[in-house]
Amino acid sequence: MANQSFNAGVQDYKLTYWTPDYTPLDTDLLACFKVIPQAGVPREEAAAAVAAESSTGTWTTVWTDLLTDMEFYKGRCYRIEEVPGNKDAFYAFIAYPLDLFEEGSVVNVLTSLVGNVFGFKAVRSLRLEDIRFPVAYIKTCGGPPSGIQVERDKLNKYGRPMLGCTIKPKLGLSAKNYGRAVYECLRGGLDLTKDDENINSQPFQRWRDRFSFVADAINKAEAETGEVKGHYLNVTAATCEDMMERAEYAKELGVRIVMHDFLTGGFSANTSLANWCRKNGMLLHIHRAMHAVIDRNPNHGIHFRVLAKCLRLSGGDHLHTGTVVGKLEGDRASTLGFVDQLREAFVPEDRSRGIFFDQDWASMPGVFAVASGGIHVWHMPALVNIFGDDSVLQFGGGTQGHPGGNAAGAAANRVALEACVKARNEGRELEREGGDILREAARHSPELAVALETWKEIKFEFDTVDKLDA
Amino acid sequence: MSVMASGDFRTSRTYETFSFLPPLTQDEIYDQIVYIINQGWTVGLEHDTPENGSQNYWGMWKLPFFGMRNPDQVLAELEECKRAYPDHLIRMVGYDNYAQCKGHEFVVYRPRGL
Repeated sequence: MANQSFNAGVQDYKLTYWTPDYTPLDTDLLACFKVIPQAGVPREEAAAAVAAESSTGTWTTVWTDLLTDMEFYKGRCYRIEEVPGNKDAFYAFIAYPLDLFEEGSVVNVLTSLVGNVFGFKAVRSLRLEDIRFPVAYIKTCGGPPSGIQVERDKLNKYGRPMLGCTIKPKLGLSAKNYGRAVYECLRGGLDLTKDDENINSQPFQRWRDRFSFVADAINKAEAETGEVKGHYLNVTAATCEDMMERAEYAKELGVRIVMHDFLTGGFSANTSLANWCRKNGMLLHIHRAMHAVIDRNPNHGIHFRVLAKCLRLSGGDHLHTGTVVGKLEGDRASTLGFVDQLREAFVPEDRSRGIFFDQDWASMPGVFAVASGGIHVWHMPALVNIFGDDSVLQFGGGTQGHPGGNAAGAAANRVALEACVKARNEGRELEREGGDILREAARHSPELAVALETWKEIKFEFDTVDKLDA
Repeated sequence: MSVMASGDFRTSRTYETFSFLPPLTQDEIYDQIVYIINQGWTVGLEHDTPENGSQNYWGMWKLPFFGMRNPDQVLAELEECKRAYPDHLIRMVGYDNYAQCKGHEFVVYRPRGL
């Protein structure tokens, strides 16, 4: 280095940042981008430009480059691959040295990896498909405040998915009427109810009133049923100070779980709240409003599996993942791929599920997958089969739209859930025999019989926009 | 439909998983024991008074049945437990030592009148 001389001007990125001979280190942070370059830009140059712009590089040589060890700090593109079924695009695999990132900060990782580079003119479009976080980095992050096992122990729910429901109408109820809706769901047999994401503290229902009435509803339902109940009180707010004030009040009321929207609220707020929850023994439910803006376009943006990994590091005990079968978009194999990233201790590379790297989660606790959005009782067999026990299945309209009201709707779903879990344990095939299992269960549950009748014709069959590359 | 729409829904006292199903028959309990064993978990029994039903800890019936892979033996233990504590709730547990959490748990016996 010492004998290097300074040559001002512009040189090709690939001379510095395209290093096909490089073998990534265990401590490197690895990323896979899907790149579509502008016409006439060679793949190696476009890939190297992405590596440069997301790490140490800028468009021209600067003299201060020579004051540091660029060979140590630079990001490197070490592999280029074809994208199946898309001639214009290619995958660029980039290795970043650990020292480029502040410890415990997914904010810093994202600011580097999906910062300026996404507006870079030499690429037509760019998508961050996956990140391999090294164990060394994972150990610097707090992660889920409680995690799956601790939450099960706190809520006393074993051997089955948990059952939830978002209170509807989304907006407009008074705090007291809202608490009534919560109480009815919980007494009927749900484990958890949820604030809608856009319920914060509007004029028709201020947060403190909602929290107070909901706490009352939970306490009464617990006393009557003998079961542990919860409601995700949404503490998402305009400022972090407001968010923390709401969380503190929830704790004061003795409730077990609060809720946050991690993308609209932001990762800094999310990580602070997760740290507070860990310190105060509170569970944290995470909603994902705005994700489809970022992750739905198959050629540009960030795949949700990356956002899910970042959330597990930032902290949350539940995360919405889509339902595969309901009203919201979600490819099955791809969804199962990122559900694994939330729950497992180790996830091996598997391109058929959109997983580009082995990911070792070290001792980080797992996150419950939450399936919510346009699902009803007929979906139950498929949901139990797809998501397994470590999930929360949330039927909003599918509970409160029951002709007998929330309690009857809740009972219908609880019967259906337990019937499906029992049948699965007996070795029956849920997705093939689901109809029979539900009809048998309805023989001893008039609430379920009515639910089966009410929703038998509803389907959401549209093609998935964001499919896996194949 | 119209009957349900206007029907009264009575809240019931329940004991978590499988509380919303009719009481399990011996054969159905047998199948769940097979499931627990096939998952690689250890079967155990816990019992307590109905008044204590909501507490974290119930009394243990002996130790969990480490290494027991015969469902009939588990059923025999259940019968013995019922004879010893006819006024208690009894639940069957599958202890998952990998997750360090109960993998399964459901009430298999309720005293008369509950």
